[in-house]
Amino acid sequence: MNWMAIAVTVKLALLTATLLLVIGLPIAYWLTFSKWRWKFIVESVVALPLVLPPTVLGFYILVAIGPHSPVGRFYSDLVGHPLPFSFEGLLLASILYSLPFAVQPFAAAFEQVDRRLIESSWTLGVSKLKTFFRLIVPLSTAGLITGAVLSFAHTLGEFGVVLMVGGNIEGETRTVSIDIYDEVQALNYAGAAKTALLLLAVSYGVLLLVYAMNRKVWVVWSQR
Amino acid sequence: MIRSLIALFLFVITGVNIAVAGEVTIAAASDLNFAFKGVMAEYERTTGNHVKLTLGSSGNFYAQIQHGAPFDLYFSADIAYPRKLEEAGLTVPGSLYQYAVGRIVLWTGNGSHLDLSRGLEILRDPTIKKIAIANPTHAPYGRAAVAAMEYAQVYDRVKDKLVLGENISQAAQFVESGAADVGIIALSLAFAPPMQAAGHYWEIPADAHPPIEQGAVLLRGGKNQERAKAFLSFIRSAEGQAMMTRYGFVVPAPR
Repeated sequence: MNWMAIAVTVKLALLTATLLLVIGLPIAYWLTFSKWRWKFIVESVVALPLVLPPTVLGFYILVAIGPHSPVGRFYSDLVGHPLPFSFEGLLLASILYSLPFAVQPFAAAFEQVDRRLIESSWTLGVSKLKTFFRLIVPLSTAGLITGAVLSFAHTLGEFGVVLMVGGNIEGETRTVSIDIYDEVQALNYAGAAKTALLLLAVSYGVLLLVYAMNRKVWVVWSQR
Repeated sequence: MIRSLIALFLFVITGVNIAVAGEVTIAAASDLNFAFKGVMAEYERTTGNHVKLTLGSSGNFYAQIQHGAPFDLYFSADIAYPRKLEEAGLTVPGSLYQYAVGRIVLWTGNGSHLDLSRGLEILRDPTIKKIAIANPTHAPYGRAAVAAMEYAQVYDRVKDKLVLGENISQAAQFVESGAADVGIIALSLAFAPPMQAAGHYWEIPADAHPPIEQGAVLLRGGKNQERAKAFLSFIRSAEGQAMMTRYGFVVPAPR
């Protein structure tokens, strides 16, 4: 089994899930509580990676961060190496690709928090930020964990985007799913089968966790 | 609990990027898959450097290198790609070199009733459902396969039966697995042990298609140019050339 690819994948998925927790919370908060009439436009943009072919997303990212774009040039001048085909480039792509997998469960969880509690907190003079961290977040933990776990799992199995912007470099951008693809082409079916089984087991485990957690949440809510 | 989780997290995040002392990153056409396993092992043993090999289709690598892919060395199955990179100023001047000429073969599995000795004519056989080749839009071996079929005047008859591998290794995998009845693949892959065990091949005459001239070049964006140069010299040494010949590459005569 290719431990290097496993390490790269786990690192990528952990970082993606962590950063999505940071980026996704304000987006989800805004999507839930904003009264802006054109909110649906942003909602649709966030959901785009769900329906967009990974090759399309990968192509746009590649062009957007490549050496021919201002962003790509700025980055490579700053850091000394270009963003595509690097771990950081892959991380950026994964964050965009998994965005709806984090934001949608977050927003759904915020939606379930009793509005009367939130408004009481506000009218009692607690700031919006404090209300968010001391009331909304604790009441939406299950949704937050679901979002983080789903984006972690989704990144583990990412293939098309990684192939487009990763470049399959050992120890840097060769993830488990790419490694399986390589093993099959090298006619090493035994190696591919081992890694594939690992990915299957982890994915199933993650989904078990998510569903088990959400079942508990339903029980709590139905008692209220 | 939280603290140990954070510790584990930091360990995973920081632990992976430790680079091996001497590395060289190579993008290679996938027909080199098996030949390079031997060459790399020998190079790593004698120099102590580690080779990071990425296999794929030459055309895809060409596009990736234009977008800034950080490879030190590029082995293309078609010398036209590294030549274009040289014109674009993305290579180390003067480093372009033709390392081999590729050959293509008809390949079919052991269980097949097809008599390959009849050559490309066999592709007219009505029992053939699928013919695997590499994608001719970006894989040089795919282009050679199409040219050979056109030369044998069978292309129009069979073009609806073609299945396209993303690169020549995938085309070989399609036919090795039995998903395609017959395939046109690189001789170097037909020489690979798993392919040898699973089927047999017929060499397509070299004059049936334009020669598959294969070129390697040092890339300007690479970070390990000295070590990459050493790898190139190893390929060009008598030992390296002998290994390449063993895997079905026609190696140009030493100058």
